[in-house]
Amino acid sequence: MDSQSTTYNYKVVRQFSIMTVVWGIVGMLVGVIVAGQLAYPHLFEGIPWLSYGRLRPLHTNAVIFAFGGSALFATSYYVVQRTCQTRLFSDGLAAFTFWGWQLVIVLAAITLPLGITSSKEYAELEWPIDVLITLVWVSYALVFFGTIMKRKVKHIYVANWFYGAFILTIALLHLVNSAAIPVTLTKSYSAYPGAIDAMVQWWYGHNAVGFFLTAGFLGMMYYFVPKQAGRPVYSYRLSVVHFWALISTYMWAGPHHLHYTALPDWAQSVGMVFSLILLAPSWGGMINGIMTLSGAWHKLRTDPILKFLIVSLSFYGMSTFEGPMMSIKTVNALSHYTDWTVGHVHSGALGWVAMVSVGSLYYLIPRLFGRQSMFSMALVEAHFWIATIGVVLYIAAMWIAGVMQGLMWRAVNADGTLTYSFIESVERTYPFYYVRLLGGILFLSGMLLMAYNVWKTVASEQAVDEAIPAPAGH
Amino acid sequence: MDINDIRAWHTLVMMLVFIGIVVWAYTKPRRKRFDEAANLPFADDSLDQATMNKEKKS
Repeated sequence: MDSQSTTYNYKVVRQFSIMTVVWGIVGMLVGVIVAGQLAYPHLFEGIPWLSYGRLRPLHTNAVIFAFGGSALFATSYYVVQRTCQTRLFSDGLAAFTFWGWQLVIVLAAITLPLGITSSKEYAELEWPIDVLITLVWVSYALVFFGTIMKRKVKHIYVANWFYGAFILTIALLHLVNSAAIPVTLTKSYSAYPGAIDAMVQWWYGHNAVGFFLTAGFLGMMYYFVPKQAGRPVYSYRLSVVHFWALISTYMWAGPHHLHYTALPDWAQSVGMVFSLILLAPSWGGMINGIMTLSGAWHKLRTDPILKFLIVSLSFYGMSTFEGPMMSIKTVNALSHYTDWTVGHVHSGALGWVAMVSVGSLYYLIPRLFGRQSMFSMALVEAHFWIATIGVVLYIAAMWIAGVMQGLMWRAVNADGTLTYSFIESVERTYPFYYVRLLGGILFLSGMLLMAYNVWKTVASEQAVDEAIPAPAGH
Repeated sequence: MDINDIRAWHTLVMMLVFIGIVVWAYTKPRRKRFDEAANLPFADDSLDQATMNKEKKS
């Protein structure tokens, strides 16, 4: 009883941390396969459950919800305990969130290749899985906010505000967007008609980016950057303004996914304007994170974990500048439906989300297993460079491909006919697909290095704390 | 008052709320609590140690 109130629950954090690495490799491997299918269209030809259309949602679900989700569960459970100085609200519910979430992922990995899908992007899972997600998520909210309620300290640290906003908003988004009328166990139809369905979908879709892939990982940033740098966040006041500005602006940016569609023009303009405003809070947060190193920049030379964290913030800054720019209607007329969008997404997903998670895990894993550091910091350094080169190759290839496609599609002859057929733009894209595939393979290789490093760290016998003799009477 | 008046007022009120948050965050009375909060990540190493010790024994 006493130990329950004076120790932390690290078990669930360990479980989610290890699964983050596992699902990261699985999700990125599927990503490499679909990138391979774009570069070599005959890859797995004739096998329906390995076709591009079925593997692509498997890739997005695996990297966002399995890899990113596990990273968020792991770090939020760790951070909320440590900054509230209390044990998780319920060990049982926390264990349920772990096993429930793994079951969701396994069900996704079975149903999506079978072609069972609601066809809503980033919400493809059919209604029975949606119900399970809801149960897990409500339990997650209970554990997280229950822990905050029983905190032993006066203040709620800013990282917990971001994690809390992420948990609440995802609950809201999931419930509204997944509203559907079930027909059979594996088939349902959206509760919304036509353009309204599209708007609900992208209100969900963009806020999945804003709250799942941004607010949650900003919570990670606000804990692990100060910890690894060994100094408090640059400006706590800025973090407060950052929080309220970010969460109140993101909600309105979704319509920029529907420029020049059946969505009313005014709604498109609202989406564009709020996307432009978003630059301010995004950069406020990025500057706050990077400036935490102010006065300790030399650490960046020698510490590969800090390199991961700070470079992730640089990619965050880049993609949150690029995003508002692409939301401007005239820019969007060029960029939309091209590979530029794919490049933008991966600059955020690989450069920001994956790298901040990887950096945080390299901090976290040794501490969870009673080690002083990872098995090999040289491998962490190698992972950092391989991952960075991989991301840069990936996004540079997609930028060039995207702008080229946009220019080719809009080119018209003097008589008003199209200069290029669609297939001509596809042909010209091949070189960039090869480069993108290479970038993806590099990023995946980095994750394999990480898996080896984690394995050696966890399995090694050199338990560092063993040397410290326990005081008598314990 | 038609719906568009409410929309206009809403814009104004949100602007004032934002300015209010900035003023609240950046004025002096909040300095102490923010300093305390900012140092929370560095304040619990004994509990962490207790957890690791207990897990080693079990």
